[in-house]
Amino acid sequence: MSTIFGIPTPALYGQILIGLINGSFYALLSLGLAVIFGLLRVINFAHGAQYMLGAFAAYLLLEYAGIGYWPALIAAPLIVGASAIVVERTMLRRLYGLDPLYGLLLTFGLALIFEGAFRYWFGAAGKPFSPPSQLAGGVNLGFMFLPIYRGWVVIASLVICVGTWLLIEKTRLGAYLRAATENATLVQAFGVNVPQLLTLTYGLGAALAGLAGVLAAPVYQVSPLMGSNLIIIVFAVVVVGGMGSILGAIITGYMLGVLEGLTKVFYPEASSIVIFVVMAIVLLVRPAGLFGREE
Amino acid sequence: MTVETGLLTSQSKLRTSTALLGAIVLALLLAAPFFLYPIFLMSVLCFALFACAFNLLIGYVGLLSFGHATFFGGAAYITAHAVKVWGWEPLSGILLGATGAAILGVFVGFLAIRRQGIYFAMITLALGQMFAFICLQVPFTHGEDGIQGVPRGHLLGLLDLNHPLPMYYVTLAIFLAGFFAIWRIVNSPFGNILKAIRENEKRAVSLGYRVDRYKLGAFVMSAALAGLAGGTKAIVFQFATLTDVQWQMSGEVILMTLLGGIGTLIGPVVGAGLVIALQNYLAASDFPVTVLIGIIFVICVLLFRRGIAGEVMELLKRKAPQ
Repeated sequence: MSTIFGIPTPALYGQILIGLINGSFYALLSLGLAVIFGLLRVINFAHGAQYMLGAFAAYLLLEYAGIGYWPALIAAPLIVGASAIVVERTMLRRLYGLDPLYGLLLTFGLALIFEGAFRYWFGAAGKPFSPPSQLAGGVNLGFMFLPIYRGWVVIASLVICVGTWLLIEKTRLGAYLRAATENATLVQAFGVNVPQLLTLTYGLGAALAGLAGVLAAPVYQVSPLMGSNLIIIVFAVVVVGGMGSILGAIITGYMLGVLEGLTKVFYPEASSIVIFVVMAIVLLVRPAGLFGREE
Repeated sequence: MTVETGLLTSQSKLRTSTALLGAIVLALLLAAPFFLYPIFLMSVLCFALFACAFNLLIGYVGLLSFGHATFFGGAAYITAHAVKVWGWEPLSGILLGATGAAILGVFVGFLAIRRQGIYFAMITLALGQMFAFICLQVPFTHGEDGIQGVPRGHLLGLLDLNHPLPMYYVTLAIFLAGFFAIWRIVNSPFGNILKAIRENEKRAVSLGYRVDRYKLGAFVMSAALAGLAGGTKAIVFQFATLTDVQWQMSGEVILMTLLGGIGTLIGPVVGAGLVIALQNYLAASDFPVTVLIGIIFVICVLLFRRGIAGEVMELLKRKAPQ
């Protein structure tokens, strides 16, 4: 068996793949956080809970309505996005113009409510969710064995990331969004309905988290706590990348995921903290983040 | 009567009424263990001190730390280890815990104050999570089990803390010492500069203050006092576990302070008392505590951001001029 630095190559590639998968979720979630923060100036602590809601929506649709993975890929993000729109309209809206910390605390409270309620109803144990039959099994690539679903996750998340980036950079809606990020009052004066734009943005960001949740359901198990630990890592990713750029959030997400995978190969004890260590180093060297601007 | 003497009498009146109120509260605190369950009271005192220490940052410097469990739980581990494994006397164990928390505070604070506002919160949260992972892996914390069966021992070799009453009065004394320290810090020239930073950081910089040093100073003091609370908790409850260092604990202390009133001296004490009482009350039922904590968060943020103590003071202020 061939080895690199004394590590068998299949193990190395396997961990890089796991790193890419984790990185896909870091990228998807930090992307949503960056989109929301850019316009609303709110750090959405409920992002992890919305990711969990997406996974549960897919699970419940299958269990109780017999709706499979593919329709759920559309339906679950819509459900999560709709619930987020209700949250924005009834609660978050009242906090605009106040210290942004209140937005963080409100969404933190919401995250606790969602997680606590789901844990109460479904217990803390994970629920298995099998991938759709089209994506079951795996292929032997010669140098490693690739479960097809995992390959699909990496590709799908890349497509979603690029799609979101295009939506924001190349479309009319994206142009409104970017303009409102720069100067909301002026955009409103031009006749754009900014409050509606804010609602839509929060819904879109949450829907992205929900979509990530559906993608994650067959990889990790569906559990009420799947979001809370992930969101803290994503916060570190966001600090590393800086929230100035969408592309920056995506690149940082994949990069740190792979780095985490590699750490698992070479020094497993440090794999759970490596992202935080990188965050500390970035704070020392470049406090605004790799892609951030000093404000 | 001239204006000046009028002002003086009203000031001295205020002072006597404050002193009177303080004496009544102290008498109640001294008598409390005869009416209420001492373990409950000690738990309230530990968390009240923790919340007061946290409030020193959010209330007087405007920094929201989402990782204060690191200092509370870190100190609990250090104290528990010193007392159980090294056989230290409890008070010196607690002080060692507070010192350890202060050292942790230097590291975390140094990194976190490089960013402001929302980023500060995310960085402290991430570093707190990192500390929790480290606690899970290093041998001396005993992973998921934690450090159990910490002996309470004899305070300074004399006072047997295994009886609830002496333990209660020692906890009360530590709480009062910590509360007094915070009161002194807030009402010192140093405290005034902290408040200036909270109100307008750029202005404070332009006045020539080295803002970063003041922030770091406040952060370390807050960490040390949170550690004092954590160390005492380890002696009172005789264990230190992962629960104390996890983000849920950081969230709880934020809730206590928010509910009681950010930036008021007494608010965090009120908040801690309410939250602990609520948790005790709910422990018997099967209602999920997290959900209730989340609901209180949402209500506080949406409806009364000043907290209970803040709202009461506002009411008094509004009544006063008439």
